[in-house]
Amino acid sequence: MILIKKLSMMVLLMLVPALVLANEGGVHLDKAPGNLNDQASLQRGAQFFTANCLACHSANYMRYNRLLDIGMSEDEIKKMLPEGSKLGSTMKAMMDAESAKTAFGVAPPDLSVEARARGVDWVYTYLRSFYTDSNRPSGVNNLVFPGVGMPNILAAYQGEQALQVENHDGHEVKMLKLVNPGSMTAAQYDATVGDLVNYLDFMSEPAKLVRHKLGYIVIGFLFLLLILTYALKKEFWKDIH
Amino acid sequence: MKLLNNFVGWVDDRFPLLDTWKEHLSEYYAPKNFNFWYFFGSLSLLVLVIQIVSGIFLTMSYKPDALLAFASVEYIMRDVQWGWLLRYVHSTGASMFFVVVYLHMFRGMIYGSYRKPRELLWIIGVVIYLALMAEAFMGYLLPWGQMSFWGAQVIVNLFSSVPFIGNDLSVLIRGDYVISDATLNRFFALHVAAIPLVLAGIVFVHIVALHKVGSNNPDGIEIKKNKGADGHPLDGIPFHPYYTVKDIVAVVVFLIIFCAIVFFSPDMGGYFLEANNFIPANPMQTPAHISPVWYFTPYYAILRAVPPMFGSQFPGVIAMGIGAIAVVFLPWLDRGKVKSVRYRGPIYKLFLASFVISFVGLGYLGMMPVTPTYTLMSRVLSVVYFAFFILMPWYTKIDKCKPEPDRVTFK
Repeated sequence: MILIKKLSMMVLLMLVPALVLANEGGVHLDKAPGNLNDQASLQRGAQFFTANCLACHSANYMRYNRLLDIGMSEDEIKKMLPEGSKLGSTMKAMMDAESAKTAFGVAPPDLSVEARARGVDWVYTYLRSFYTDSNRPSGVNNLVFPGVGMPNILAAYQGEQALQVENHDGHEVKMLKLVNPGSMTAAQYDATVGDLVNYLDFMSEPAKLVRHKLGYIVIGFLFLLLILTYALKKEFWKDIH
Repeated sequence: MKLLNNFVGWVDDRFPLLDTWKEHLSEYYAPKNFNFWYFFGSLSLLVLVIQIVSGIFLTMSYKPDALLAFASVEYIMRDVQWGWLLRYVHSTGASMFFVVVYLHMFRGMIYGSYRKPRELLWIIGVVIYLALMAEAFMGYLLPWGQMSFWGAQVIVNLFSSVPFIGNDLSVLIRGDYVISDATLNRFFALHVAAIPLVLAGIVFVHIVALHKVGSNNPDGIEIKKNKGADGHPLDGIPFHPYYTVKDIVAVVVFLIIFCAIVFFSPDMGGYFLEANNFIPANPMQTPAHISPVWYFTPYYAILRAVPPMFGSQFPGVIAMGIGAIAVVFLPWLDRGKVKSVRYRGPIYKLFLASFVISFVGLGYLGMMPVTPTYTLMSRVLSVVYFAFFILMPWYTKIDKCKPEPDRVTFK
């Protein structure tokens, strides 16, 4: 009986790594090159976001004046404001949700916390994975998000990509190839999307900029407190034998 | 100083202030050999206070309304002064509550703290644990994200599998035919008023019961058997100042871990805050993969491990329910001659180890999507989990125990 128990335990223990490895496959995601300490990158991302994404998407929880956090001046922000908006206004979509739904079949999601919901790597890969697909009403499809409703509005920058299925040792590998270049080179486009995703990451949680800095101070204080409280405990417990 | 003494004297003539202080702190004699495992009781109390205080402040800005809830949480995260900190303290506190409570319960298991004369103390503890689960479940609906919504949908649907009254019961819980604004409002009321009141009450009763029977210790022997001339246990020391100063060290270590999570990884890789919950609740769109928060997943895995019988999920729901309250029967299942694992034989230790593996394993499987392999694993581990309890009267009886010492071990 004990032997059976021991053996079954061993089997279970050995299965644990297999379980972890058996995780679902999915599409490989490229790592987003973001750095929240890079204010220039965040500002480029913010400019690109307000100029392109806000045409259809909203960021209803994000206020324009929050851009002060990434080092932009009030004057710079004022230049970005759409008509009728104030510094404290939230970022509304230019297009109203109803007509967007009619145009794309689905209402464009609010992007305030999108980078948190999807993950920065997903967004970074998604924005670089559109390809021409004549079966789709928009004319494009996406490797990361098959059947996506969003048209590739960034095609003007990136160019058009085509899907190529290659056979690697019996595995089908889906690859994208640039067939019609846009206004940017591949490296420029990747850097631009990198800035954009960096900004989306900031926008999904503006407090991230302060919470790390504050964390070091709080934990530093607690370590000092630990030394004192430990000395106090030692002193009191001297007489316990 | 004289003024203070006069004031204390004035109060003491009208309220047993000094008596209470003595009975529960300065003259409550606790065994001097408490180890690492004995920190988690006072830490649970600390987390309860953290949750109540941070919760009160969150309530000031949160809106329990299906149309406003998600936005009000983002408002707290962005526009409320220190709102993000309050929210992360509260969300981290929820998970850390279960961490310390699970460790506290495990301590009771390994040192036999549930055995006579502490059965009632143990039962009260299990009631606290159940109240805590209800509190956490209802609180998780409030951010009104996809996981809030669909997690609640799945769990409340379990009640509809109860024969005959199931449908009416689930409608009663939801206040509607689906999770809706009505559900959000009643969960909010229960989360911020009803269950915290119950929790505070039974935590108080838990401590009163503890101080009546006295604390157990890692040796599992009664310190009251050896009393000195002054009538105090020879191996006992006053809780204050000895354990207050010792617990403060544990509190600081705990806060370092707590703050590291709050400031550097409040999501904890999706275990404390799920990514899907940053998408507003959408009744029209079911997420591909719904899993409860980590502290519920062992029982969720048991639920999924039981196949439907006669076209009903009810047997799985029963198994899950029994799995969650199984520990309450420990005082009557354990037939061992000793309380502490230190003096137990190898068979008990083996069963205890397999219990830990089954609980952690089920916790892992409860987060994973259903596959035939995982289902098989869940079934095996569920059997191991229940075997720990069902076979306990047998294996604790035949196990060869070592002799208990007369006095506590203290170096």
